[in-house]
Amino acid sequence: MKSLVYLEHYHGELEKGGLGVLGKAASLGDAAGVVLGEGAAEVAAAAGAFGAAKVYACDAPELATPLPQARVDALATLVEQSSPDAVLFGASVLSADVASGLAARLGAGLNWDLTDLAERDGELVGTRPALGDTVIVEVGWTAGPRLGLIRSGALDPVESGGTAEVETFETSFSDFSTLATLVEQTQEESSGPSIEDADIIVAGGRGLGSPEGFTMLEELAAALGGAVGATRAVVDAGWYPYSTQVGQTGKTVSPKLYIACGISGAIQHKVGMQGSGTIVAINKDPNAPIFDFCDVGVVGDLHQVVPKLTELVRARA
Amino acid sequence: MARPIDFSPPFGAIDAVGAPTDGPDERIDVGVLIVGAGPGGLACAIRLGQLLEEHPEVRERLGDVPIAVLEKGKQAGSHLLSGAIVNPSPLRELFKGRLRTADLPTYGEVPGEAVYVLTRRSALRIPAPPTMRNHGNVILSVSELGRFLAEQAEAVGAVVLPETAATKLLVQHGRVVGARTGDRGRGRAGEPLPTFEAGNDVVADLTVLAEGTQGYLTAAAIDQFGLHGENPQIWALGVKEVWRVRKPLRRIVHTMGWPLRTSAGFGEFGGSFIYPMGDELVTVGFVAGLEATDVEFSVHDVLQEFKTHRLVWKILGGGERVAWGAKTITEGGYHSFPRKFNAPGLMLVGEGAGLVNVPRLKGVHYAIESGRLAAEAAFRALQRGEVVSRIGALDTYDESLRASPMWKQLYEVRNMRQAFDKGFFMGGALASAMTVTKGRAPNGRFPTHPNAAAPLRKSGRASRYPAPDGSYIFDKLSSVFASGNRTRDDQPSHLKVRTTVRRPVAEAWQWMCPAHVYEVGRDVGDGMVTVEITPSNCVQCGAITAKGGRLTPPEGGSGPEYTLT
Amino acid sequence: MKIAVCVKQVPDATVHKRIDPATKRLDRSGEAALNPTDLNAVEEALRIKEAQGGEVVLVSLGPEKALDSLRKALAMGADRAVLVSDEAAAGSDLLGTAQALAGALERESADLVLFGQSSGDSDGAVLWAAVADRLRRPVISQVASLTAEADSVTGKRQTEHGYDVIRAPLPAIVAVSDAINEPRYPSLKGIMGAKSKAQETLALADVGVDTSAAGEAGSRTTVLELAPPPSRGDQVKIEDDGSAAQKVLDIVVERKLL
Repeated sequence: MKSLVYLEHYHGELEKGGLGVLGKAASLGDAAGVVLGEGAAEVAAAAGAFGAAKVYACDAPELATPLPQARVDALATLVEQSSPDAVLFGASVLSADVASGLAARLGAGLNWDLTDLAERDGELVGTRPALGDTVIVEVGWTAGPRLGLIRSGALDPVESGGTAEVETFETSFSDFSTLATLVEQTQEESSGPSIEDADIIVAGGRGLGSPEGFTMLEELAAALGGAVGATRAVVDAGWYPYSTQVGQTGKTVSPKLYIACGISGAIQHKVGMQGSGTIVAINKDPNAPIFDFCDVGVVGDLHQVVPKLTELVRARA
Repeated sequence: MARPIDFSPPFGAIDAVGAPTDGPDERIDVGVLIVGAGPGGLACAIRLGQLLEEHPEVRERLGDVPIAVLEKGKQAGSHLLSGAIVNPSPLRELFKGRLRTADLPTYGEVPGEAVYVLTRRSALRIPAPPTMRNHGNVILSVSELGRFLAEQAEAVGAVVLPETAATKLLVQHGRVVGARTGDRGRGRAGEPLPTFEAGNDVVADLTVLAEGTQGYLTAAAIDQFGLHGENPQIWALGVKEVWRVRKPLRRIVHTMGWPLRTSAGFGEFGGSFIYPMGDELVTVGFVAGLEATDVEFSVHDVLQEFKTHRLVWKILGGGERVAWGAKTITEGGYHSFPRKFNAPGLMLVGEGAGLVNVPRLKGVHYAIESGRLAAEAAFRALQRGEVVSRIGALDTYDESLRASPMWKQLYEVRNMRQAFDKGFFMGGALASAMTVTKGRAPNGRFPTHPNAAAPLRKSGRASRYPAPDGSYIFDKLSSVFASGNRTRDDQPSHLKVRTTVRRPVAEAWQWMCPAHVYEVGRDVGDGMVTVEITPSNCVQCGAITAKGGRLTPPEGGSGPEYTLT
Repeated sequence: MKIAVCVKQVPDATVHKRIDPATKRLDRSGEAALNPTDLNAVEEALRIKEAQGGEVVLVSLGPEKALDSLRKALAMGADRAVLVSDEAAAGSDLLGTAQALAGALERESADLVLFGQSSGDSDGAVLWAAVADRLRRPVISQVASLTAEADSVTGKRQTEHGYDVIRAPLPAIVAVSDAINEPRYPSLKGIMGAKSKAQETLALADVGVDTSAAGEAGSRTTVLELAPPPSRGDQVKIEDDGSAAQKVLDIVVERKLL
């Protein structure tokens, strides 16, 4: 299968999401990358180490701003020139719009929120979770080119070594593609991710005993580079802000790592975090429901375990 | 000895009655206002709509919105819960000449029935007592019925307004002139949030209260107009589940006995029901009176205990729970009826007025029948050009209730529920006597005692409850989740309870509440504890009102979202 | 200013969401409400209308009964509703849906088209960019703060790296996130007045869509199989004897979570 993988770059480096998709595409056949925007040709070669045999690049001025529609023009041109079987994207705020716009432009099918790709009987097949990660759906395409948008962080880059040939290309742009303009762009030196974006969340419930327990969790979260979450019960009690509430009436999160401290695991909380990659629970009650669905269950005193864990994480860094 | 009634909350019926305050811009004028989109309220709306369609000259007098129905749930049916086996006659009467029985949302006629007395290990089948014979009755979900009736009501011109709570009865110059709707968008401490939307005075020529069990404005109206009945009202709590089953159930089942304890001192009166809903679904529920004396008495857990009986396991085993809910049932019967079912500008319909036949487990068709009669009485008064708020203008409603077969049926069983104060066996014997003599003996009026006056004791009830396993036996929190409840967390608490009480009372509330709203807090000395409250769990069953607290309507749209109950 | 808000009916978010094993599509037979973020879009449209005057039109693709859920948005203050309802449209993929909506939007000639940006899980995510391509107009997505002027809109949105502020001339398409506002409760008068507001139902032919391109038949993607999620794997149980923290760290490192 011949695929084209859309790669994004930031400050001279290729983004992980696209590289992860590139690795998977390479395992399924011939994979070419495409990089667009200022400095595209310079960063493109690095994709070779992650599975691309060839990388296309275009740095037309219309592509300088991180807006989707000019990119649709460029990709449409490239698809017409190179006729890939599939065009794949690692999801980001920008790439989702590019994938969707391209699907409309090409009259092609787009499957999104995919967590994996595979080949079945010679056909490309995607996997995606549905209904709050409680069901896995296998999806396919009825015609080419097959557009796929892979969930952020679902596929990890595989550094296989190797080099790629970089080929620059040119494209024209539709009249409407450049109507939207970037007025301002700010980079945030964040004090830590919000819980919606965090890859790691340390969450606290009533088992913390008092609002002061959150200080301990903040330290662990900071050491891990993650965010702090809370259950409805402690938010109700005023121990932590409503914006951090995870659960049925709060936010739904799916970080790679969720550390639940002093949380019983009632279903109202569970539905907000059950999609997390790895769930670690620390609770002194061995009968707490959370021990039924976590990956690592620690029965113990969180006031001992959490500070110790923080210490060990810091020592490692 | 601790009794919940000693801790009645800071609330008076007078909190829910007042004069209109809105100016002409905020005020909403309707012809007839019905509070509650349940079978009673909607039957009233439908019948009245039919009559107004046939008599446009009367309809004109009611203005732009002749009939409005207020419903606090997300939609009609969201807060409706029952068994239910229903006598279809009032439904047929309501839709006479317009719909056939096949058009009504039922699961068909009762296919067969069995009544059992249970012990832990056995099920003794007994012949169905006359009060429990259901031949010719139909099985339905009252929540589905509510949705259906709401569509029918709108089809004849009524406006159904969901997510709208009625929080105050508007009374002016001794007459009911409508109801005020609740505010939306207040924060925990009552402060207006950016989305704040004040309620409105809905002013009407005539107000019909069809609020069902624990009717909030109904209680206020009874107080306001001195309509108290002879006996205090009493309630039972019913908790039920709906299951998808592996093999169809072909009969309805009622049980008595285990797991309830038979001695009078425990005050455990009630039983179970298991009804098929088509081939794929079965509903199982347990009902028990709220005068149970053990602090650990929990109808939800008794239901879970009940499910462990072999008889039930054979029906539900291998299946999947798809719904759960809880609601109180008005049990006082005839002697707890209000003195009159109408007051100037007001009519009381359905379970809110006490029209429930506990021995027959029937109330839905009484609600429909009383709703229809109320509509006809209202129409007659309107047609005559009556000022419906004149004293006595609506007395024909009371007269038609008294002349109806339902009145006679309720009179016959007027003491049956109270007889079970004496325990299962004595009560059973008395009940049999009443049945055989059609209520003539024993005569007189058996008293009821407010549920909250029952003294509390500990007798190890909780040790018998099975531990939740998440697939057959369920805990309360996952059950609240299964009810579809997603009440906004940060609204003011709608539960008026004392938050510092004697420990046994707090424990009783903790166990009694099927939604785990109340928890025993910390010790504050002198045998008193604080009570921790989680109002967002509340499924508005009403049990707390029977046991020393007061449920008030939360923000419109809050609470469970029943669809199959 | 004429603002069109594209809204979608979704099954109410109760526990009983399920995928129908027969059709392998989301079982929509349960009661349906509007996608929650669509209410944010309606609210934003109403605020712009209140500031500048104009009209707010709801546009939706769905079955007949979708009209019921449009009523709530009408009750909030939208002026009109247009529903594209056609049996042939059932099971439409992203493209089929985008085509139908674009057809309806062309008929309306709105100055601004708003979408609610739903989460990745639901249907209709990423729809706006496809619609914008068909309408050949600029699009801004993930907008958390929007300013509308007579001939342009400026949106602020959060990205992985910080904030972007983007301006687009009208007509434009904007997808708003749920952070943009708190939708108002409909007033009682609003609810009562909703029913008398104009509600139009169109067929696919009315919006220029060939039925063969729509619906399941015209879909370019397909659902093959449903499966329960893979079990979480063996659970590691640890009783703390002082070494739990180290064991947790070892597992986290081994799974490359740090």
